[in-house]
Amino acid sequence: MGLTQPIKRLRERIDETLVDTIDPSIWANIQNMEAGQNEYGFDPFGFEPDFLKYIVPVAERLYRKYFRTEVVDIENIPDSGRVLLVANHTGQIPIDGFLLGCALLFDKKPARMVRSMVEHWVPTIPFVSWFLARAGQVVGTRENCRILLGRDGCILVFPEGIRGINKTYDRAYELERFGLGFMRLALETNTPIVPVGVVGGEEQMPSIWNFESLGKLLGMPAFPITPTWPLLGPLGALPLPVKYRLYFGEPMHFEGAPDDEDRVINAQVDRVKDALRELIDRGLDEREGVFW
Amino acid sequence: MSRKRRGRKQRVLITGIGGNFGRAVARRLHRRYEIIGMDRRPVHHMPKDIDVENVDIRRRRAEDVFRRERIDAVVHLNIMHDPRTRQEEHHAFNIVGTQKIFQLASEHRVPKIIVLSSANVYGPDPTNNQFLKEDAPLMGGQKFDAIRDLIALDMFCNTFFWRHPEIETVILRPVHIVGRVNNAPSRYLRLERPITVMGFDPMIQLIHVEDVVSAVERSLTPGVRGVYNIAGPSPVPLSLLFDKMGKTPRPVPEPMARMMLKAGWSLKVSDWPVPELDHIKYVCMVDDSLARQKLGFAHEYSLDRILDDLSRPPRH
Repeated sequence: MGLTQPIKRLRERIDETLVDTIDPSIWANIQNMEAGQNEYGFDPFGFEPDFLKYIVPVAERLYRKYFRTEVVDIENIPDSGRVLLVANHTGQIPIDGFLLGCALLFDKKPARMVRSMVEHWVPTIPFVSWFLARAGQVVGTRENCRILLGRDGCILVFPEGIRGINKTYDRAYELERFGLGFMRLALETNTPIVPVGVVGGEEQMPSIWNFESLGKLLGMPAFPITPTWPLLGPLGALPLPVKYRLYFGEPMHFEGAPDDEDRVINAQVDRVKDALRELIDRGLDEREGVFW
Repeated sequence: MSRKRRGRKQRVLITGIGGNFGRAVARRLHRRYEIIGMDRRPVHHMPKDIDVENVDIRRRRAEDVFRRERIDAVVHLNIMHDPRTRQEEHHAFNIVGTQKIFQLASEHRVPKIIVLSSANVYGPDPTNNQFLKEDAPLMGGQKFDAIRDLIALDMFCNTFFWRHPEIETVILRPVHIVGRVNNAPSRYLRLERPITVMGFDPMIQLIHVEDVVSAVERSLTPGVRGVYNIAGPSPVPLSLLFDKMGKTPRPVPEPMARMMLKAGWSLKVSDWPVPELDHIKYVCMVDDSLARQKLGFAHEYSLDRILDDLSRPPRH
């Protein structure tokens, strides 16, 4: 019992130091964020805006220094109200989602919290479950998404899912098949969709070949072989310092019955897909190199 | 209206009145209603105007109560939750007892039955929606045998609800009931150095026992029927509950926690069945908006009051 006081004091000191390293305007932005938290600082999903102090110092360096992320037309995201961000998914590890979240916290005024939907097995992993919940990530069920939209949330969706992230480099920046769930939900909840073209991710870990059978054996969705992985061991699994560019499109509004046939929904999804392709093409045209 | 004209208070039968919760319900209701209690256990500390029948609900003498008194509502609380009782006995008592009560209520034209189920019937699971609605599947028994009879009972009441539309059946599914009671969640939160599963800190909903009593009271309103989730103040992480009570939990890696619980259970030093561990790992939260809309239910006890009451010894 005698130890708890010094531990508490040490923790407070660490917290203060961490907050000091964060840009005051960003920290003020985060603290004033309306995330539907209760008087104890938690939203019903376990998100604690205050917890971001443990993430922001590292996240900001990765976002600004390592990936040197550039955002274009971020003001297309409404300051408030429900919105679905629909992005292409690339690069073997989901850094795109992380950087999108950072963009909305660091470069958008006022800041918005992006909630993304995590896989069902994530809550079974010790520490990861706790960490992701505090950082605002939610288990990806349709009902959870509906609740968040009902609370005027900003939700990030990768309709390509695993298909997009695991493709080999020869198919870089090609869009895979889109799921339809996001469109049905947008129609049902009357939510605008903002397409986000992510450029840069494909080069962070260019996969030459997917060793599918080994992936299956290890219970992984894929086992990519890259020029550095597994040749250089754990070091080879680090993403290359590519430059990320995030292109935000105009909000798109859709009307129709959410329970229409797949054919009808598909036509609407294709419109989002086209908008996304345009954004990606623009990004690819405008960039001068992969690393700068 | 017709009953008012007859000029008597409504008569409510409470089964399992001898338990902590039964007593709390009786104490609240006895001024507005005429209360008859039924329990096979000895019953103490009851207001003087309450008649208690010392009878097992499965026996014939229970029927006499229905025959003798004109009962207006049954609050069925006689549901065993003791994990130490033999499974067969536990199952038979809960299922047969409930079936008997419903059958008697139907034969003697009791217009209303209220059953206290639990939000635990949904079960804690990593794939759960953050807020489970009343129509969510009852998956609590997937890993935890002891809850299976509560699920069977809940489903039985649901069937009855459709087959006997003339009887208003209300099923209440409250989240963890705490306060000055002696049940599993209260005992856990009262531990001096509670054990938690390392790396997990789920969001938890609590409700004060008196608020559940209010929900029962509201369910007695004529016209109310259906299944209702009942929850208290907004959910908070488990760690925050301990923090507010000034306790330092002991995080234990899961395999070790399982082993400890298993050993503790076999040696009879702990009353925690191993699957209960999932309650401090995963979420099992309910959406109580239906109760707030249809029953007009509103919790009165804030988290601070709940924890304050919890830190006092259980009432007898």
